[in-house]
Amino acid sequence: MSRVAVLKGGRSLERHVSLKSGARVEEALRRLGHEVVGIDVDVDLVSRLSQAAPEAAFVALHGRDGEDGTVQELLEAMGIAYTGSRVSACIRASDKVLAKHAMRDAGIPTPDFFAFSETAFKGLGVAQAVPAITARLSFPLVVKPASQGSALGIKFASSQSSVPGALLAAFSYDRKVLLERYVDGRELAVSILEQNGEPAALPIVEAVPEQEDFYDFESRYEIGRTRFVCPADLDPELAAHAATIALHAFKLLGCSGFARVDLMLDGSDGELYVLEVNPIPGLTETSLLPQAADAADIGFDRLIELILAAALPAL
Amino acid sequence: MTAPGPRHPRSAAHEIERYAALFADRTKVMKSSAMRDLMALTAREDVISFSGGLPDTSTFAPGFFTELMSRVASESCAKALQYGPTEGLESVRERITDVMGAEGMDVDPESVLPTSGGQQAIDLVCKILLNPGDVVIAEAPTYPGAVPTFCSYEADVIQITMDRDGMQIDELEATLARLEGEGRRPKFIYTIPNFHNPGGVTMSLERRRRLIRIAAERELLIFEDNPYGLLRYEGEPLPTLYSLDNDFVIYAGTFSKILSPGVRIGWLVAPPAVRAKLVLGKGSADLCSSSLSQYFIAEYFESVDWQEYVRSLSELYRRRRDVMLDALAEHLPREATWTHPEGGLFVWATLPDYIDTTDLLARAIEERVAFVPGRAAYVDDRGGSSMRLNFSGVTEDEIREGIRRLGEVVREQVALYSTLSGQVGAPTSAAPRGTSKASCEQADASAAAPHAATPGQREVTNVLPLTRKRAG
Repeated sequence: MSRVAVLKGGRSLERHVSLKSGARVEEALRRLGHEVVGIDVDVDLVSRLSQAAPEAAFVALHGRDGEDGTVQELLEAMGIAYTGSRVSACIRASDKVLAKHAMRDAGIPTPDFFAFSETAFKGLGVAQAVPAITARLSFPLVVKPASQGSALGIKFASSQSSVPGALLAAFSYDRKVLLERYVDGRELAVSILEQNGEPAALPIVEAVPEQEDFYDFESRYEIGRTRFVCPADLDPELAAHAATIALHAFKLLGCSGFARVDLMLDGSDGELYVLEVNPIPGLTETSLLPQAADAADIGFDRLIELILAAALPAL
Repeated sequence: MTAPGPRHPRSAAHEIERYAALFADRTKVMKSSAMRDLMALTAREDVISFSGGLPDTSTFAPGFFTELMSRVASESCAKALQYGPTEGLESVRERITDVMGAEGMDVDPESVLPTSGGQQAIDLVCKILLNPGDVVIAEAPTYPGAVPTFCSYEADVIQITMDRDGMQIDELEATLARLEGEGRRPKFIYTIPNFHNPGGVTMSLERRRRLIRIAAERELLIFEDNPYGLLRYEGEPLPTLYSLDNDFVIYAGTFSKILSPGVRIGWLVAPPAVRAKLVLGKGSADLCSSSLSQYFIAEYFESVDWQEYVRSLSELYRRRRDVMLDALAEHLPREATWTHPEGGLFVWATLPDYIDTTDLLARAIEERVAFVPGRAAYVDDRGGSSMRLNFSGVTEDEIREGIRRLGEVVREQVALYSTLSGQVGAPTSAAPRGTSKASCEQADASAAAPHAATPGQREVTNVLPLTRKRAG
């Protein structure tokens, strides 16, 4: 058995979720017989890691610094093995703009979009092009910060006049934002888990909002406000297609260990579109990856064991 | 009872399904905390947080605390460690009447019910009065802590706009008439007349009288929440609603702001029939409030001039309020408005409506300053461009620095918005208010004449109704 440092918390906006994910991972690792050192990531991370001298770090961080390659870079520098995707995959996947460009170039369907930095608005007067952009994407459209992992900062703009406000909100979270075509349809999450060096798609989870208000992102993943169906009620061919697309996206971005690919099934044309790839999806009681694993008869402890094993093949 | 066996790790999906089926319907209408993830970050040590509702308990001398507790231990040990009556200790009820007496209310100790903090007072009133779907009238904005309570009892909360004189009674009357037309009657009207949380305004005497008259005519209950009444920093005290007419008023008070929120003791005073139900409600909730806390309170009132301590707190908070108001005038752009509280703990600031303060909080935390986004004070989607700022729980230096940081973030947002909306040229709006005469007058108008109602003044200080005009 190994000494494992569980990295959690940190300063990202998803600190709250990360603490929950981390606590659950710690419990599972202890049950699996590992020696566990929980680290709430802060400025003393290097010294705490040095002191703990773990054989591996389980990265249970979400959002900035934890999911975008920063902590991974540090772990590389310190020579500590870690779970999940490598630095470059984290950078690609956590930046929705990079990820969507890569997917579009590779022929993976993703909703049409345009992305701009704050400096583009300030230095190039991009605001003048907004009417042209919205004409291309049509209303309503979704405005998102490029890197935010949670629903924070995601706004719908239903008319020209609401675009600047939506952009302003998104810019509160990142210096780069994207305007994306809104896909009205079913929300599907395909979790990917690597076993014996081979990534495979787990059963698909569908998130069905209990309330009709599709603008309410907050309620999406709360018990009692969103119903999760796993495996999603899909035509087997369509489910297989979704799994193929998700795996393609996972590999394209160079992910490893595990990830969750969020897709929309367009209600109007029946097409699948990848919204994003989360390199470190939530591992809380209500998170989707553990549900998907469970549907594949992989309990939470086994899931954690597999994620750790992918990081440390020798274990 | 047998000890639980070793915990068997259950599968996530089964757990979710199992619990989802068990939850009561009312959990579905519990308002999810919009900014919960963000608020988790405001507790960071390097963040100057204006988000709490905290009194400054560091002003309480540790030696005196030790002295009081040792006296509780030596004189009332067994009783302090024991359950107590649901109705509370007689000595505490008497002290409560003293505190209410200081605000001009003449109360029989028998009619007082100590509660576990003011929050339980709100919960109990809802518990005994509300059926799902019942109408509750509250101010807009209302106390953010009351929102989840109203929602958990599945109330239909209707919020009445406030201006500098508190709840707009004309709007209340129109709402009551509309409800009557629908065959509906509110169960109670919840109001914080003094130094509103979060609004920072105080209900004028004329409106207090009108509100009482309406309640009497329509036989409606008013739920008067008065946690801050004794913390007045300027102007003359106004009579509480309870002192104007106690037939239709349920009154809530608390020791939290005049002594300690840690003792968790508040109280209710209600008409006898209502109080009897409240006692039953409290019994089922927690049997009794902490005996230890109640003995501490009794001992405290016995040993010291409590009003002197309240005066010292008021002096401290008044200075902090002034520092905050000055800092706001110096650092916020001229599009921003805020209230000038005559007491209490909060300033309510409203930014241009294109700024969503929930998103702004994310930026603000980056700059190590935090506040409560206005949405927390509404059950509907209003309040998006407002924020609550607490000045009692932060030092003067922290206030100066925190408001400077906040001002920087807001000005940056104002400038960015004008860029994003395609306005060419340097945005004039990004300039700080500085010490421009006009803005000082605006900030000072309510200080000089808090209840004057000349049309001109009303216009400039009428900051609470959130105008939804889009700039640019």
